[in-house]
Amino acid sequence: MNQLHSGSIRRQRLNVGSHIVLVIWSAVVLFPLWTMIVNSFKFKFDIYRDPFSLPLRWNFDSYASVLREGTFLIYFKNSLVVTVLSILLILVAGSVAAYSLANWRTRFSRIIYFFFIAGMMLPIKIGSIRLLQLVKALGLLNTIWSLIPVYVAMGLPIAIFVLTEFIRAIPGEITEAAVIDGATRLGVFVRVIVHLLRPALATVAIFNLVPIWNDLWFPLIFINADSQKTLILGVTRLFGQYMTDWSKILAVLTLSAIPVILLYLAMAKQFIRGLTAGAVKG
Amino acid sequence: MLYILPALAIYTVFMAYPLLDSVRLSFFGTTGNQPGTNQNNFVGFDNFIRLFTDSNYSSQYWGAFFHTWYFFFINMAVQNTLGLYFATILMNKGLRGASAYRTIIFIPATLAVLVTGYLWKLILNPQWGAVNIILEHIGLSQFAFPWLGDSRFALTAVSLVSSWQWVGMPTMMFLAGLQNIPDDLLEAGQIVGATSWQQFWHIKLPMLRPVIGIVTVLTFVANFNAFDVVYAMEDANGAPLYATDLIGTLFYRLGIAGQAPVGIPNPGVGAAVATVTFIMLAAGVALVLRLTQSERSST
Repeated sequence: MNQLHSGSIRRQRLNVGSHIVLVIWSAVVLFPLWTMIVNSFKFKFDIYRDPFSLPLRWNFDSYASVLREGTFLIYFKNSLVVTVLSILLILVAGSVAAYSLANWRTRFSRIIYFFFIAGMMLPIKIGSIRLLQLVKALGLLNTIWSLIPVYVAMGLPIAIFVLTEFIRAIPGEITEAAVIDGATRLGVFVRVIVHLLRPALATVAIFNLVPIWNDLWFPLIFINADSQKTLILGVTRLFGQYMTDWSKILAVLTLSAIPVILLYLAMAKQFIRGLTAGAVKG
Repeated sequence: MLYILPALAIYTVFMAYPLLDSVRLSFFGTTGNQPGTNQNNFVGFDNFIRLFTDSNYSSQYWGAFFHTWYFFFINMAVQNTLGLYFATILMNKGLRGASAYRTIIFIPATLAVLVTGYLWKLILNPQWGAVNIILEHIGLSQFAFPWLGDSRFALTAVSLVSSWQWVGMPTMMFLAGLQNIPDDLLEAGQIVGATSWQQFWHIKLPMLRPVIGIVTVLTFVANFNAFDVVYAMEDANGAPLYATDLIGTLFYRLGIAGQAPVGIPNPGVGAAVATVTFIMLAAGVALVLRLTQSERSST
């Protein structure tokens, strides 16, 4: 009894220490974001006078002029198109391939499976010189369409890994029942498998969403034309352009970070599961 | 089966082929000192020899090589150690607000590296110098340096920003690993009177070995391709004076953008950088996985 009591007191004291550490780290995480957001609402010179407090005089002009200038919205739309199309293609091509790999068990299918899985560990960036020439040869250079096949290729290994394992875990009786009801293979896939796959598809989508939306490398090496830039590549241009007005720079950074942060805060659990997927087995 | 073809075609053309053909490309090029590459001219190991010994390339290559290892070392020591520590204390029984802490710790990992880099560049800027203002407030003004402009500190500053951003990844992976440790194992430890440090050292850490391996591999692969953080906080030349030049930025200059004074990329030498990195990554990943994923490494 006595021992139990002292144990719980010690555990509580330990938690005080944990809270101190975690609160300090939370401050370290939130401080730059706070600085970014509050200063984006200040006037140019107030930023230097008082960088940490809420604005004394609120200034919405930075946002207004960034949005009015127009290119920001073009960049945003380009990123949206690239991200949405890439993820759709990853999900469709990946789930169809996973379905056939899960059902087709030969030596050859195992080789193909490992061929895909090997891509999880190898960064595609290493092949950039060749990719650049390939994209040029296909006439896609300087367009957002150059990005989509690269992102799809990048996203397929994890998609096939997660989805194949998931489909293999679906009990055979479920699909057999559908076959007895007279469904074709494709019918089984569309009506039964896709339905069951939804959580795994969400994991794959989130896993790819953040790196594709946030990618700088491929837009940087493929795209030069302003009308084709993605948001993150566009931010590099705006950063240089607004170098004398930090309020505008911070407004640009805030605008480009906020969509993903909000999405993350709305579904933090799925994000954390999705982004760490494939890293921890089981 | 036909269903596999779309995925296989895209993956082969846009991933497997460029990766493997980059290796082939590293054996082709011009033998002289002219820029540009004749892709039909087989030159053997010439590109590699130039990369390692030609003074136009070698000092930059070895600089970037050691900087990348240093970058990796800081990330292992700070990001992954903190991640392990956070995961351990987040597992404490009865810790209130654990899920709020978890959410906050992971926020930076959802930001673009470029945005993080720019943000910290402004914060560390001596003109504005939010960090330096804080240092002055707490009476440490002698430590208020132009962090990113001083070649003694720039690489460390960049590495720490990278750790700040990614610490959520190892935290979540270790958290998942710790949750998989059977309760009776920890209870057995308590019964024999192990202190929490002993429990950590003798039970949790050995059980986490496979996760440690995966975290190491992911950090290794990511760090040897890191580019954005240096590009944002410094520039593609790894300023100041190449002090923050990483293999990623060197590869960009040599193989893709071209660098001063020539300004024209040399795909052969660039591909040689890629090939060396490729071999290093493959060997490193295989080694770490072999050491840490002892039972049933493949299914």
